[in-house]
Amino acid sequence: MIRLHDIAHSRAGDKGNTSNISVIAYDTEGWEIIQQHLSIEVVKEAFAHITNGAVFRYELPKLQALNFVIEGALGGGVTRSLAQDPHGKSLSSLMLSITLMNK
Amino acid sequence: MKHTEFLRIGGGAGFSDDRIPPAVELAELGDIDYLVFECLAERTIAREQQTKLQNPSKGYTPRLQERMAAVLPACVAKKIRIVTNMGAANPESAALETRKLAKDLGLGDVSCAVVTGDDVTELIRAHPELEIMENGLPVETLLPRMIASNAYLGADVIVKALETDAQIIITGRVADPSLFLAPMMHEFQWSYDDLERMAAGTVCGHLLECGAQVSGGNFADPGKKEVDRLSELGNPFADVASDGSFSISKVAGSGGLVSLATVKEQLLYELHDPSHYITPDCVLDITDLELIQLAKDRVQVQSARGKPRTPSYKVTVGYDDGYIGEGQISYAGPNALERAKWGAKTVQDRLKQRGFSYSEFRVDYIGMSSLHGLPENKVEPYEVRLRLVVRTPSKSAAQAVGFECRALHINGPTGAGGGIDPLVKAVLAVQSVLIPRHWIDSKIQIRKMGS
Repeated sequence: MIRLHDIAHSRAGDKGNTSNISVIAYDTEGWEIIQQHLSIEVVKEAFAHITNGAVFRYELPKLQALNFVIEGALGGGVTRSLAQDPHGKSLSSLMLSITLMNK
Repeated sequence: MKHTEFLRIGGGAGFSDDRIPPAVELAELGDIDYLVFECLAERTIAREQQTKLQNPSKGYTPRLQERMAAVLPACVAKKIRIVTNMGAANPESAALETRKLAKDLGLGDVSCAVVTGDDVTELIRAHPELEIMENGLPVETLLPRMIASNAYLGADVIVKALETDAQIIITGRVADPSLFLAPMMHEFQWSYDDLERMAAGTVCGHLLECGAQVSGGNFADPGKKEVDRLSELGNPFADVASDGSFSISKVAGSGGLVSLATVKEQLLYELHDPSHYITPDCVLDITDLELIQLAKDRVQVQSARGKPRTPSYKVTVGYDDGYIGEGQISYAGPNALERAKWGAKTVQDRLKQRGFSYSEFRVDYIGMSSLHGLPENKVEPYEVRLRLVVRTPSKSAAQAVGFECRALHINGPTGAGGGIDPLVKAVLAVQSVLIPRHWIDSKIQIRKMGS
């Protein structure tokens, strides 16, 4: 078991009602773990209580990073959301709370 | 013809209320050629359109004077050109104000060029059939509540403004990276056919547009990602060569850092498909982008690719979306969460009894569920702050939530403290549509003031 926070860092951005959350490995070992284990399914499950919207996953091997795009995660969109964090800037920390089963 | 080979462009701000001293530091000590301020959030321009309706000489970014007064002395002395979207809904008045300010500061006649034509409100009204990108409905559904619509213009119009030789360029809505790409196109004579350079300039702008977010801001995590002197973060600048190669750095001695990690975070910030990032200037592909740490606080960025710009402009449609009402109150110690839940139910019952109903009613337990929701097996905290938020077209219904929440002090479960004054805000929401470029290209105007 390994927590994402130990091997990667992250930043969340917003566009309308969609959140994009990068997951950037600290080193090559960490990159191999996230590339192999941090799947769309894992992320979907971690965000299931926030949205059941579509999740897209993009790989950037040269940066040793993943970019997740999560639809419907911002309570209707930054400009109209009732949420305390309408931009979803804190969602990067939810991402890093994910625990992966590796090996 | 110009023969500039290198250019240094500073990122002066990441949002309208950003810290001001880092931009002054860039101007005074950064040896920059251009200082660019991105200060216009998605909905701000529609909000400023409302301001302008009430006072025709306003409608630009409210902190324009404060920001300009801080940087003008150094920028005038060092002949640094300023490019900014602080004009918002009224670039002409912003320019008049800036020129007056310069005169009052004893800096003489400072020339400004303004870009107008991004306001497409009437055009959108004439095309109710346009499809809303977010939900596929016709824009007709928003027209009765529309406040203003503005197109994201590209770097080409800013280049035209730069060609007037005005020292300061003030625009309304333009795409954020275009503010930075324009000086490169102007100084290096780049054209839209040169896709590699369009891509390089766009990714450079993308990295600079959020100010310190590439130089140590929104980054620190104790024990994992250390940042030196967060209270004195330096804003970034880019050193760009005429072939499009560039590196990101910051003023020596300022706080923060520019590292592979800070650049990667900002690179992917607000980006969806990394092979297809659409701006008015190109479609950017950063899939093969390479980063090299050249020195301490200096990162080289290379191998951005681009596809030609699309035939459309993206338009933000700002519309009146009713009201949000909010109340908050705290509980602590044994049984805190259960009392907070009972308080929430009491408020909901009261509002129902008073005949109010809401299209959305959100209950947050701050300290527990307000940011990431309430997954199972979460440990109950010692303190819980109840937050009740509603959406409604009625201002009085919005107000009622805060009042009923505060009344829990006296009328609710035991030990409720720290209730806030009821909050009500008028919501200005945005949606997007695309329009063909040729609908507005002929309406875009550049006007120079001063010599």
